[in-house]
Amino acid sequence: MSIFSKHLPAVHVEHHKYTADSPTEKMPVPDKVYISMAQHIGAPCQPKVAVGDLVKVGQVIGDTEAFVSAPIHSSVSGKVTAIEKNLTMSGIWDLIVTIATDKKQEVLEGLAPPQVDDKDSFIKAVRASGLVGLGGAAFPTHIKFNPKNLDEVDSFIINGAECEPYLTADYRTMMENSELLVNGLKNILKYLKIKRGIIGIESNKAPAINKLRAMVKDTPEIEVMELKAVYPQGGERVLIYETTGREIPIGKLPADIGAIVSNISSVVALETYIETGMPLIAKKVTVAGNAIRTPKNIEAPIGTQVNQLIEFCGGYKRIPRKLIMGGPMMGAAIYDDGMTVNKNTSGILAFDEESASVPKETSCINCGRCIRTCPMLLMPALLAKAYEAKDVEQLQKLNVALCMECGCCSYVCPAKKQLSFTNKLGKRLVMEGGKK
Amino acid sequence: MSYIIPVGIVTGIGLLAGAILTVADKFMGVKMDETAAKVLAALPGANCGACGFAGCQDYANTLAKDEEHVIKANLCTPGGDSVAMEVSSILGVEFEGASSQFAIMKCSGSQDRTNYAMDYKGHQTCKANKLFYRGRGACEMACLGFGDCVNVCEYGAIRIENGLAVINKNRCVGCGLCAKACPNALIEIVPEKTRVVVGCSSIDTGKDTRQICSIGCIACKLCEKTCKFDAIHVIDNHAVIDYTKCKNCTLCAKKCPTNVIHVFPKPVNAAKQKAKPVVAEPSQEEASVQ
Amino acid sequence: MGRFNQGSLVVSSSPHIMDNVNTTRIMLDVLIALIPAFIMSGFIFGPRALLLTITCIAACVVFEAGFQYLIKKDSTITDLSAVLTGTLLGFNLPSSLPFWMAVVGSFVAIVVVKQIFGGIGQNFANPAITARIVLLVSFATPMTTWPLPNQLLGTVDAVTGATPLGILNMGTDLAALPSNMDLFLGYVGGSLGETSAIALLLGGIYLIWRKVIEPSIPLAFIGTVFIFALLTGQDPIFHIFAGGVMLGAFFMATDYVTSPRLTSGKIIFGIGCGLLTMVIRLYGSYPEGVSFAILLMNILTPQIDMLLRRRTYGGVKI
Repeated sequence: MSIFSKHLPAVHVEHHKYTADSPTEKMPVPDKVYISMAQHIGAPCQPKVAVGDLVKVGQVIGDTEAFVSAPIHSSVSGKVTAIEKNLTMSGIWDLIVTIATDKKQEVLEGLAPPQVDDKDSFIKAVRASGLVGLGGAAFPTHIKFNPKNLDEVDSFIINGAECEPYLTADYRTMMENSELLVNGLKNILKYLKIKRGIIGIESNKAPAINKLRAMVKDTPEIEVMELKAVYPQGGERVLIYETTGREIPIGKLPADIGAIVSNISSVVALETYIETGMPLIAKKVTVAGNAIRTPKNIEAPIGTQVNQLIEFCGGYKRIPRKLIMGGPMMGAAIYDDGMTVNKNTSGILAFDEESASVPKETSCINCGRCIRTCPMLLMPALLAKAYEAKDVEQLQKLNVALCMECGCCSYVCPAKKQLSFTNKLGKRLVMEGGKK
Repeated sequence: MSYIIPVGIVTGIGLLAGAILTVADKFMGVKMDETAAKVLAALPGANCGACGFAGCQDYANTLAKDEEHVIKANLCTPGGDSVAMEVSSILGVEFEGASSQFAIMKCSGSQDRTNYAMDYKGHQTCKANKLFYRGRGACEMACLGFGDCVNVCEYGAIRIENGLAVINKNRCVGCGLCAKACPNALIEIVPEKTRVVVGCSSIDTGKDTRQICSIGCIACKLCEKTCKFDAIHVIDNHAVIDYTKCKNCTLCAKKCPTNVIHVFPKPVNAAKQKAKPVVAEPSQEEASVQ
Repeated sequence: MGRFNQGSLVVSSSPHIMDNVNTTRIMLDVLIALIPAFIMSGFIFGPRALLLTITCIAACVVFEAGFQYLIKKDSTITDLSAVLTGTLLGFNLPSSLPFWMAVVGSFVAIVVVKQIFGGIGQNFANPAITARIVLLVSFATPMTTWPLPNQLLGTVDAVTGATPLGILNMGTDLAALPSNMDLFLGYVGGSLGETSAIALLLGGIYLIWRKVIEPSIPLAFIGTVFIFALLTGQDPIFHIFAGGVMLGAFFMATDYVTSPRLTSGKIIFGIGCGLLTMVIRLYGSYPEGVSFAILLMNILTPQIDMLLRRRTYGGVKI
């Protein structure tokens, strides 16, 4: 880190937040939803329904005994028509429950706000809400909220950075569900006994900053912090550093330095469950990109197919050549528009031929741009060389495991090298090398 | 006269340096076992690892240290009988014929038979492509066609044709580097006598396979029923041959409805001499023969 | 689900958007930054100076294309790096140098220094600097015969004389030293592209503004020269404007391939260049030391890179 700056390196990426001012539209329930049983990191859920069963909105359709997991609820009312193994978004085979909807959206009887009065009942409620890290990692929230050293945690940080270009779903959530957000944060602070709540928002979302600041002005323990509008402010380690000035030592977790980070939509979804008893069944998704006719922010039931979201946006304007689930910096390119919205989906981007083209890689000219922009202060150019030489020792020495694949190095590389992906391969090589 | 002094100085420096080197070699040189050195010289030096050791030097050292001769002297498949014989004579053990092996390809999904599910434009290696969903093939177990196997082959025995790795049996020495490199584990090392190969490893159901590949194994079990030696079974939705039992009767190949079981022509003569180039991928005529 | 799609969608690794800076754009920026100096060289030394630079550019491009054709490598002439090498080499030659010598220099720069080591990004030293030094050692007289600026455009027979640093080195006729203003504008003898400090400064500022180079190397280089001159009782302004300091600091020492990666390394590199330059100027037999200084520091670059450590996020030094 430079001694002159207290910020981590970052890149200036064009924001492209075209949908920032379009209010979220609720999507009509599709004819069929396909709900994956593997929507979180950890053991996948077992279906709790059988083919032919009638299900209601909010009914648990998948759960498991495994610790690292979260239950899955039906997002629609209708009839289960199939439970089949199929390819899920994460690229693995798992069970997908297909539900033919009856469009009535009947809510499960007895759906009531949970009884929450202390930490344990709160954590139980978090698990029951089906929450996972909605920002992308899909790590079950109830585990994150309950680290071993919870009493050492003094800051709860809400990630409202939304540093990915194009995506505006979190921004819309902040604007439209600010009450839920603030109340949710208050509840979290209360039940987890954390002293300070921080909402970190990038400076390009001034209306949200002003609105939330006005709402929390009588609540001294909550602070709305303005962050520089650069990428990747929303990375967990980066966000903790930018808001509290603390660094997570290698091999430690955020809780070890007294911080827990959560996503905007996670807090809102949690508060919705606490107030109404309605678990996580729908997701705000930004549909954008230059191949989409009218980009929109959509609230879609979990399990909706990508092509239906795009149809709701007026279909394709140009022939799509690349579909991305998530943001353009870290999202995954999908090869099939039949894939579905999951708990951690935050955006669908469609790009035309020109934007989808992948430039040819040329030789490294040692310009050092990747080294200057790495938020984790790694040396991607050297990591790439070490990977080419299959030098596991060097990869470990250069600390490849610290790479969060934010993509800054690939973004700035004038030789168009896919450095961030090389790091991913490098990490795998180290893992394999460690096994032998 | 003026020439003599510089010449003398240079000669002196040369002699001194030579003396230092000699002394250094005597006192600081790493001693190498004589036997190991001889064995190393006999080995082909490709460092392919087919013997199961980390390169030729490691194998040579292990052999030399192994006083009881527990480690076999015939593990170098690329070297074949001649190397095994030489190594055996160096070590003073009885000669055992090297187990000659070669690689087979258990996918026949060239681009006229199956398709890609995506237009993959990332790192052009199989290993990298396999990180994306099931790989670029419509079939999860399809040959990805980026040639990770070609890149590791020391003998130029593999080439990519129409998106499918094709093994030249004549050049293959059975070192197995390609088998390790393939992320789909499509390459298997089999005994020399093998003539019947199932060219498919698909794990999709027969119904799905039929939609994505015109030659893929549909797990109909006809081969299993036909086999008299209990050597072929449908495991994970594709036929798998147990080469310890297979007698090369080729009946399964004749029965196979999708012609995915390929047969190599019989060797021209029984002698070890390798016959005319045979490609471990069915050419069109071969498929029609079946 | 539409699983069996026709495979028309592109799948690649994230990020899916990239900055529009590429190698060609960087080289183009450097070339743009060199335009003022190129024009000034025409004003100062006449059309032959322009022609000599153009010869170097043409020769470099031809050698690069030809060599890559011979060894069957993909041609990289479109990345403009050969054009840049040619321009820089031309700028480092006296305007009266025979054209065939310039072609020899281009051969050394492109084939010997750059392509034999593996092409762009692989060379251990700056091709233009190395070629200049090879020419200087091989053809000492033509390489040190400095035409003086012709005040009238188009004078054919240029008058030759010593460079300001040459005068200083001989220490005889110090009264003949040009004024600092002449040095700043470039109306002095010297290599055709190095004399005009103002033109080079303009280009350097453009490069820093475009974020093509970091200011660390030029500042450290020029700063060291300035302080060294001050400490030894020389005129610091004279030393930073005379000879190749401006050209070297902004355009040659900042070459990505042959300078250290980290800012701290760049500062050490710049200081090293400045020190060596001044040591050669004041105590060596050559009047000018910029090329030797940069070449020596180029060779030290891997060592600087190796010795400097960087603290990663989370506190590990790598």
